[in-house]
Amino acid sequence: MREEGTNQNATLLGADELVLNMGPQHPSTHGVLRVKLKLDGERVRGTECVIGYLHRGVEKIAEHRTYQQFAPYVDRMDYVAAVSNGLGYCEAVEKLLNAEAPPRARVIRTILTELQRIASHLVWLGTHALDIGALTPLFYCFREREEILKIFERYCGARLTTHAFRIGGLQYEAYDGFEKDVERFCKDFERRIQEYMDLLTGNSIWIGRTRNVGVLSAADCIALGASGPILRASGVKWDLRKAQPYAAYDQYQFEIPVGTNGDTYDRYLVRMEEMRQSRLICLQAIERIPDGPIMGKVGKVLKPPAGEVYHSIEAPKGILGYYLVSDGTTQPYRVRVRPPSFVNLQAFDKMVRGHLVADVVAIIGTLDIVLGEVDR
Amino acid sequence: MNPTLEALLHFLATWWVELLWGVVIVAVVPLVAGYVVLVERKLMADMQARLGPMRVGPHGLLQPIADAVELLIKEDIIPDNADQLIFWLAPVISMVAALTSMGAIAFGPTLQVARDINIGILFVAGVSSLGLLGIVLGGWASNSHYSIIGAMRSTAQLVSYETAAGLAMVSALLLSGTLSIRAIVDAQRQSGVWFVFLAPMAFFIYLVASIAETNRAPFDLPEAESELVAGYMTEYSGFRWSLYFLGEYANMIVVASVATTLFLGGWLRPFPNVTWLSWLEYAPAVLMALAGGYSIYRAGKQPVAVQTGFMWAVALACFAVAVLFAVPRFVAPLNFVLPGLNGAFWFLLKVSAYLYVFMWLRFTLPRYRFDQLMHLGWYILIPLAIVNVVAVGVAMLLENAGWNRWVGLMVTTAFTLGTALYLVHLQDKRNARASSAKTDVLPGNSYAG
Amino acid sequence: MADEPKPSQPPESSKPDGAAAAPAAPPAVKNPGTPATLGVPKAAPAAPKTPPPVQIPLDNELTRRYRERFGATILDTLEDRKQAYLVVDAGQLTEVARYSRDQEKFDLLEDYTAVDWPKREKRFDLVAVLYSFPHNIRLRLKIPIADRQRISSLVEIWPAANWLEREIYDMFGIEFAGHPDLRRILLPDGWQGHPLRKDYDILKQDTDWVRENLGIESGQ
Repeated sequence: MREEGTNQNATLLGADELVLNMGPQHPSTHGVLRVKLKLDGERVRGTECVIGYLHRGVEKIAEHRTYQQFAPYVDRMDYVAAVSNGLGYCEAVEKLLNAEAPPRARVIRTILTELQRIASHLVWLGTHALDIGALTPLFYCFREREEILKIFERYCGARLTTHAFRIGGLQYEAYDGFEKDVERFCKDFERRIQEYMDLLTGNSIWIGRTRNVGVLSAADCIALGASGPILRASGVKWDLRKAQPYAAYDQYQFEIPVGTNGDTYDRYLVRMEEMRQSRLICLQAIERIPDGPIMGKVGKVLKPPAGEVYHSIEAPKGILGYYLVSDGTTQPYRVRVRPPSFVNLQAFDKMVRGHLVADVVAIIGTLDIVLGEVDR
Repeated sequence: MNPTLEALLHFLATWWVELLWGVVIVAVVPLVAGYVVLVERKLMADMQARLGPMRVGPHGLLQPIADAVELLIKEDIIPDNADQLIFWLAPVISMVAALTSMGAIAFGPTLQVARDINIGILFVAGVSSLGLLGIVLGGWASNSHYSIIGAMRSTAQLVSYETAAGLAMVSALLLSGTLSIRAIVDAQRQSGVWFVFLAPMAFFIYLVASIAETNRAPFDLPEAESELVAGYMTEYSGFRWSLYFLGEYANMIVVASVATTLFLGGWLRPFPNVTWLSWLEYAPAVLMALAGGYSIYRAGKQPVAVQTGFMWAVALACFAVAVLFAVPRFVAPLNFVLPGLNGAFWFLLKVSAYLYVFMWLRFTLPRYRFDQLMHLGWYILIPLAIVNVVAVGVAMLLENAGWNRWVGLMVTTAFTLGTALYLVHLQDKRNARASSAKTDVLPGNSYAG
Repeated sequence: MADEPKPSQPPESSKPDGAAAAPAAPPAVKNPGTPATLGVPKAAPAAPKTPPPVQIPLDNELTRRYRERFGATILDTLEDRKQAYLVVDAGQLTEVARYSRDQEKFDLLEDYTAVDWPKREKRFDLVAVLYSFPHNIRLRLKIPIADRQRISSLVEIWPAANWLEREIYDMFGIEFAGHPDLRRILLPDGWQGHPLRKDYDILKQDTDWVRENLGIESGQ
């Protein structure tokens, strides 16, 4: 199929095989992703993902902006979960500065990040169900997501690319009624999750489309670097929020949902349970938000001492890492973003081999990739 | 007189009713199908917590007109290497098959559409399955690799489920003993209960099979947008596409009518022959009046004045129809329209309920993968349908031997249900075995790319 | 970008090697007390007083094991803001990687990237971030390599390196020997130039590629 170690453009064409091209414009690739499928009849024998259609050179731009100026760019990578991106970046720069956000800021950051996790998973659920043919969950999920986005809008003025956090803490105080809004959403949300579970979990058609589809073993996950719900569904009970807590996660109790088979159905269950756990974290957090300042002691002009730092968080899609190299000036020398979707997408080939063409769409959906993050 | 002219006039004199009905079908059914599409969109919106078409006309009532105009004025695109004649012919065949099969359907005891053929049900089923030809020709004529694959899939699906549907129909035909539509409904009237209660398994088999027959979800893989291999309709746009689309909805109406006739008592009211329930004869008028009343109740809750006015208009229309139903009952010279009117009301009500179930399933269930679809058809539905036919036959033999009709039928229904559960269990076992078996994949570096 | 070591930098180790302070500290001269030998030649800002350097040499069980095993290949072991990293010579990268994965149980290659220091002789710093699930610790490996130096691929050890190395090749032009499919990943296949190098201007594009493939004149 492909010669080892060549640099030439590898082609997938064999003698009697069909190469089916999917994308880059396609309703189910969740962005501009091009997938070349090498088919033998209906079965997929190999794939090749072509990415880069959304490459905007974010890492290069970072070298020409100050640390604060770069923060809005970070939202545009995983645009479905912008708040998480912001959290990772702000915490990474704070590490670089040897500074820390005050406790109140940390708790509010946690609440917003968990709400964002729920929102991101709702988008995943709606679009994944739509790809498999269930038309209705999409609208229900977006109705819930609307409530979360309203909270974001009241908090920082933006719904999608929020730039909610600042380096050193927060700029905006939690608005009057923030706790009430979050509480009302969380109380209502349990019933909604139950609604989605009723629609899909026991549905034999859903199970038929997702059970044993896209199986990835735990060893493969770790070897391929897949993280997040994909890793947990394969049986590895690991969550960076518990392993190396950041923000205020060490103060709250929550479970890590784990799957057994590593198939699409397990990933679905893991993400549903993660939404539940996020809701619990939010409820715990709003009970006691500590008083105090929301901005730590960082100056107006940020000049971190020369050196480097790597900080990663558990974004909704996996491990989101920031590797920052500073040369002592106000602009970073190098910003590297380790995107979870990029590394997770590598596992696509392994997951899809041997399946039918109709499963390809389900597997892309279950990977939960956002091309803004894959390409940056 | 010119003998040709004489023959022509004689032909017209004999067949003018049927010809008129033909014109009516071709004129009215596409419009009705268009409005069925609107109802579906509104229902889908309601189940999805939104409103649906609202802009074009009040509450979107002119949406089908707008869609029709849009499709008619669209550019007619024909692929370069497509076979021109077949490309033109395929949607026509689909539409013609659907419309012609409507010719034998009866809405009321004297209200059949064209003529009461003595092989009515067979005619309807047979002609509507000619629509298959339209699908496969359309896919082939498009001269596109993916269209032909989609067409083949569609055809395979339709043929498989046609078998199951036919066998389910046979069960009901055993109970009625005749193929003529009017006679089937009469048989239901004489037995005092709809056939769905006598042969429920047959009804459910027919329900599932008819969903697959019309390419509706959860069996709509060949048409789904998010699937890779596009369906047979891909290369069609504009008016040609609308022929396919309307043919599909006309087909839905046809299968709903067949199911209503065979299982749901056609134009009969619930419990048709039971005299102490004859007050149900007033039900059409009462129901329409209730609908009008509900409209008035909702009118008070509308946020905007325009919508309030609209609900009042709907209420008025409902009351008018209620009056229409009630008047012939009390005005003696008009009594003769009663059976037809009432019959049409019940028939349309049942067809609407059946279509509602179609739509409801579409919005709720995900899609079957094609191999799962075929498994369901061949491994579960067809064996079950065969078993069901045998069971109903046995029940009728038992009835002849003196058993109580109901006991015989309950016993055989229980047996069929047991078979169904067993078949599903076998399928689950087969699935478990298949998933644990490893399929052959390419060796080598599967982490690359 | 200021990337030259200023004269106010603390004295180098006994081996002066030009302007670039390559992390070449001979192990024998290692003196934990000296804050001088820095892994990263970063400037102190032109302020009157130098802020204390944040890279401090690291000497713990882990680093001792590495040094015992690999000796001179481990060029430096440092800690920056409580994050440990080893500076590793490129020659034995595969062995170090395999040892890390198998013996030290760093089973996850969390990230693999590069940093360009154009004024240094060994221009690039390949940075691999390893994470160990059993021990819950993270370790960075830094491998300084020169321009046009080929380095062995880590794909055999961590398959996650496949696309990560392709991206490094795409953005920096570093070639990996033994990579099954080394070609551009984010940029189009025919693109000339490696954008994350410091000599690639922020507004620069491959105008020929744009003209041929998009039919427009690329302009900013």
